[in-house]
Amino acid sequence: MKLVILDDYEQASEWAAKYIRNKIIKFLPSEDKYFTLGLPTGSTPLGCYRKLIEYHQAGDLSFKYVKTFNMDEYVGLPSGHPESYHSYMWNNFFKFVDIQPQNAHILNGNASDLQAECDSFEKKIADAGGIDLFVGGIGPDGHIAFNEPGSSLVSRTRVKTLAKDTIVANARFFGNDLSKVPTMTLTVGVGTVMDAREVMILITGAHKAFALYKAIEEGVNHMWTVSAFQQHPHTVFVCDEDATLELRVKTVKYFKGLMHVHNQLVDPLHSMKDHKD
Amino acid sequence: MPSNKSVSDEPITQFINCRILRHHKLQREDLWVRGGKILDPEKLFFDEEGFADYRIDCENRIIAPGFIDVQINGGYGIDFSQASDDYSLGIAMVAKKLLQHGVTSFCPTIVTSPPAIYQQVLPQIRVQNGGPDGAGILGVHLEGPFISKEKKGAHPPQFIRSFNIGAIADLLEIYGQLDNVTMVTLAPELPNSGPVIQELARRGIIVSLGHSVANLSQAEAAVLQGSTFITHLFNAMLPFHHRDPGIVGLLTSEKVPAQNRIFYGMIADGIHTHPAALRIAHRAHPKGLVLVTDAVPAMGLPAGCHSLGQQEIHIDGLHAYVAGCSEEAALEAASLHPAELLNLTHCKGTLDYGSDADFVVLDESFTVRETYIAGQQVWKK
Repeated sequence: MKLVILDDYEQASEWAAKYIRNKIIKFLPSEDKYFTLGLPTGSTPLGCYRKLIEYHQAGDLSFKYVKTFNMDEYVGLPSGHPESYHSYMWNNFFKFVDIQPQNAHILNGNASDLQAECDSFEKKIADAGGIDLFVGGIGPDGHIAFNEPGSSLVSRTRVKTLAKDTIVANARFFGNDLSKVPTMTLTVGVGTVMDAREVMILITGAHKAFALYKAIEEGVNHMWTVSAFQQHPHTVFVCDEDATLELRVKTVKYFKGLMHVHNQLVDPLHSMKDHKD
Repeated sequence: MPSNKSVSDEPITQFINCRILRHHKLQREDLWVRGGKILDPEKLFFDEEGFADYRIDCENRIIAPGFIDVQINGGYGIDFSQASDDYSLGIAMVAKKLLQHGVTSFCPTIVTSPPAIYQQVLPQIRVQNGGPDGAGILGVHLEGPFISKEKKGAHPPQFIRSFNIGAIADLLEIYGQLDNVTMVTLAPELPNSGPVIQELARRGIIVSLGHSVANLSQAEAAVLQGSTFITHLFNAMLPFHHRDPGIVGLLTSEKVPAQNRIFYGMIADGIHTHPAALRIAHRAHPKGLVLVTDAVPAMGLPAGCHSLGQQEIHIDGLHAYVAGCSEEAALEAASLHPAELLNLTHCKGTLDYGSDADFVVLDESFTVRETYIAGQQVWKK
């Protein structure tokens, strides 16, 4: 694993965005060869999305030949609901960039057969040639996507019932009315994300520190599903100082010492303008 | 971008680099239009996998819903209250000229007139959609003749009437028909006004109080019977008095049920109402303010002697005034509130998804630069 530690949220977001930018540009995506990107929602990746939009608006990065696959979506929220992950992705990302609509894949929480929808999503990923880079976040309980504690580490895309804690935590987005909060979601499995050729996990904030500790300094454990990525050959954890608060000093010093190596992944920063055909 | 084959073959236009009035705020947001309506781009993206065919750069300008004028007596030499051989052409001409002021819908207003005038003129005005030929006609505003002689303003006293039996028959006897009528201004203190107000309201015709010496109780009674508008607040009514606020008191009256919003027209030219009075009304009841021009046939013409219905008046020049309120509030007073008054908010007065794409593009100084009706540019500076 690469553990990349930046000083604060803004810098961590920027480093992650630069990494994604370089990855896409160096791939040289085209009509015959799309770059496949897995995407998260939540508050953590907002800064990263903002930077990606900036790069696009400056003409340095295009999403025309990028296919995206989001991690999850609530079950039963009417389409267009402001709290749906479709709305999140539209308002925070898709509406500002040039991704082709048919290439933006998000699970449909209103499908009549939910498991069939999940299976179809897995097939879409396979048809697209698998995921080149899956970007994700981590919950305070160490979950990746909605793979809450106890989820199988080889799970695939499926329906999950939300833990009480998660429902209560989400109530603030639904007018603090527990009856309005969705109780089920569709989510990619741990196994689905493990299949990606590369995984990048964004972790910022002190409230995520304990989960990060459990994920990288303790063993692989289905109670902290992000720990599964210890067994992935290419994982990058991008975090800010606050997220490292529960790690051993030795771990933090070691990886901070490697920053000059890690920074070569984002410097030099490539631009689409250099690759005008 | 390749051609978009989505649900409809109609082209999709995206207005970018603009601030739009949405949810009561001017916000940086693109405006999407298709088939003459405001389009929801998120639905387009996810449900239809569609995108824009045309992008128009608004160069940082403001897009607001098209203005709606519910009180306008004519303009450019045309008098809506005078019959003529080319009356329809006259209305059409005014409708076209209004586009340069950002007015996309209006209510031609007819002042107190003899029955012969109404019967000649009303059949020639039809509710119709706007377009490149001019602003849309929402319906006629009949201002009079059932008003108070004491508050006639510029109306001819000899044609002022009162109710005979207090039924629609009284109105039909004078007007001839009510087919394309959207609003009637009357004085509620006239005997037998009650049943008339109720019947008009039942028919969906807005009843407005104006040219009246009603006290607050009479005005409140009229509201309970179905009145929802006040014609040019402060003008042609008893002045506000602290022991009997008169019609003006409706703005803060407890007798007006909470769910019935009372609207009031204001001529914001700085002349009809002192800006301070306008601000008092606005602060008392900001959601009810409806900006009207009450323009006369002389609008747009040089100073001199002109007619208004059966009267002659003298014109000295024109002013425009903004009520010292927020930009959004001013824009809404000219668009959203008149639409709410006329119960048309499902299609007019907003930039909400699904609404008619009637809008104006304004520059920093709020000058109208372009006017659009049903998504089509109908005027450009």
